[in-house]
Amino acid sequence: MTRTIKVDYMARVEGEASMSMEVEGGQLKALTLDIYEPPRFFQGFLIGRRFDEVPDIVARICGICPAAHEITAIQALEDAMGIQVSLQTKDLRRLLALAQDIQSHALGIYMLALPDYLGYESAIAMAADHKEAVQRALRLKKLGNDFTELIGGRAVHPVTAVVGGFTRIPARAQVEEMARRLEAARDDVMATVELVSQLSLPKFKPDDTEFAALRHPTEYAVNEGRLVSSEGLDISPREYRAHIEEKHVPPSHALFSSIKGRGSFLVGPLARLNLNLDRLCPAARAALKKVGVTFPNQNTFASIAARAVELVQFVEDSLAIIHRYEGRPEAVIHQVRAGTGAALTEAPRGTLYHSYRVDAHGIVEAADIVSPTAHNAYNMENDLKAFVPGLLKRPESEIQLKCEMMVRNYDPCFSCSAHFLKVNVVRRD
Amino acid sequence: MRPRIAVYKFSSCAGCQLQILNIEDHLLDIVGAVDLAYFVMARREKGAGPFDIGFVEGAVTSPEEVAKIKEVREECKVLVALGTCAAFGGIPTLKNWTPQREVEARVYQDLSVIHSVRAYPIDQYVKVDAYLRGCPIDREEFLELVKSALLGKKPYLRAHSICTECKLSENVCLFLGERQLCMGPVTAAGCGAFCPSVGRACQGCRGPSDDPNTRALVKAMLAFGHGPDDIRRRFRLFAGEAEAFQKGVSML
Repeated sequence: MTRTIKVDYMARVEGEASMSMEVEGGQLKALTLDIYEPPRFFQGFLIGRRFDEVPDIVARICGICPAAHEITAIQALEDAMGIQVSLQTKDLRRLLALAQDIQSHALGIYMLALPDYLGYESAIAMAADHKEAVQRALRLKKLGNDFTELIGGRAVHPVTAVVGGFTRIPARAQVEEMARRLEAARDDVMATVELVSQLSLPKFKPDDTEFAALRHPTEYAVNEGRLVSSEGLDISPREYRAHIEEKHVPPSHALFSSIKGRGSFLVGPLARLNLNLDRLCPAARAALKKVGVTFPNQNTFASIAARAVELVQFVEDSLAIIHRYEGRPEAVIHQVRAGTGAALTEAPRGTLYHSYRVDAHGIVEAADIVSPTAHNAYNMENDLKAFVPGLLKRPESEIQLKCEMMVRNYDPCFSCSAHFLKVNVVRRD
Repeated sequence: MRPRIAVYKFSSCAGCQLQILNIEDHLLDIVGAVDLAYFVMARREKGAGPFDIGFVEGAVTSPEEVAKIKEVREECKVLVALGTCAAFGGIPTLKNWTPQREVEARVYQDLSVIHSVRAYPIDQYVKVDAYLRGCPIDREEFLELVKSALLGKKPYLRAHSICTECKLSENVCLFLGERQLCMGPVTAAGCGAFCPSVGRACQGCRGPSDDPNTRALVKAMLAFGHGPDDIRRRFRLFAGEAEAFQKGVSML
């Protein structure tokens, strides 16, 4: 007998995806993850636009991590046009990314993932019994949003970061005030680590996952570094296309990202932590011991623990940068010339790649964007295929929930990945 | 009975839905006053219609979405365009300015499987009762609309141009002063002249204000030395399908 199990509309993720599997005689026959976000053509319509419009346009790939797309596009365009920005600009960009990371991780941990572990359908439903946790979530999210606003002007689709610098920078007194709020948030962040340590994470340890993340000589990499992996990948942004490709793997409808000659890989908080344990600050190292699981860790469900440890790191990194921030007025660098450039950054959900070719007037001739969820989609499906056989004796509702948990654990952003879809499939039956 | 609310996603970035969750100070009050019955990004339970208010995020860009927006209209007493994509087409309309097949061929190899249609705001297909502008929406305006719905009064949504708010903020005019390509004079207010206040010219993300003189603005932009291509692209960034902005482009 063939049984079809479907999750028609994946909830508590960003964007639209569904999953279906066929089970025959107790064996998993087929499984597909369908991303039915309509194709969005960003790489198509960016061609012919001018370089200074690009960061604003690509921000709209994703409402949750717009700053990551902006920063990555800006750095790729600066690479193309040979622009070198000041250390202060780099610091401000890192603060902008960290601020958004705090917001995104608070949302991901508390509102998207946590309800599954505590047995609720949403954080809203959770509020009655776990008011303190929900209020803490809202405080952390608000902190991240206010911090993003301070640096970027606005929480969703920030506007001050441009090619060549910032149109407005915060005053020294304003960031000092933010530092006080970040210091006060240490309690909430540690309470998050404590909460996550008490969760009973499903056990799932594929032994062959390749983890990939940026690595920086001294920092916990955010906006700069080389892309390294647990299998020895070590490349600069410009070398990306020589090593990473997208291919169509039937019967799925998405284009799958893989490392040439090997296969799927995992990006995101778990990969970052696994590959950068020696770059953590003392407070994050202390959190590592309290979070309930050990690192490096192969269990993809440990991502929520990685997110909690990263929250500590992001708060401490922000404070360190703020302490050296001078708030020096600087002019935006204008320098337009033809060229090709690339950038890799760590967005909240993992490694993000942008590359552009511009002509002598700064008009875009080619654009290439690969989002974290696009990097992860192949691995997500492989994880599901390895995870589901152990669940098949369970009731259908439990299989559905566990699969959803696995996908939510990736904190995927399907709007981000929609530009890489091969086919737009609608399944709502 | 708390009014039942639905939040739908069409072609969009989810940023406007996120703005609802970003109202941290009042979120628990909101869910106390209204029933967020259908909100897939926030809840696993999916309430069935009919709904008292439906918020639609995103533009309509596929045949499936054309059918879906009509179903959404049927199940919502009041239908609100949540943000510029739903209200004016937004960033998804960028593909409209290049021949469809050309833009598709830049991203996909096998075009036989791509079924995308010209990107339009939702009122191309259904009647819309209220518009929340902006990319993203303004949180205060969302609250104003929900509060007004609860009180049974008309929400105060601004129809005048950004320039009014810019003057109230005592900003130096980026258009007349720095001669930047600013859409403020023809763009609807409500954001508090956000971008000009942080040194960026208005990009027109809130769509045309009431009765804007786009032709005069284009003339002035040309007189200030801006190239026709740059002006055209600026008008065709967030609301290029809007009639008033098309009028401006027709001057070039």
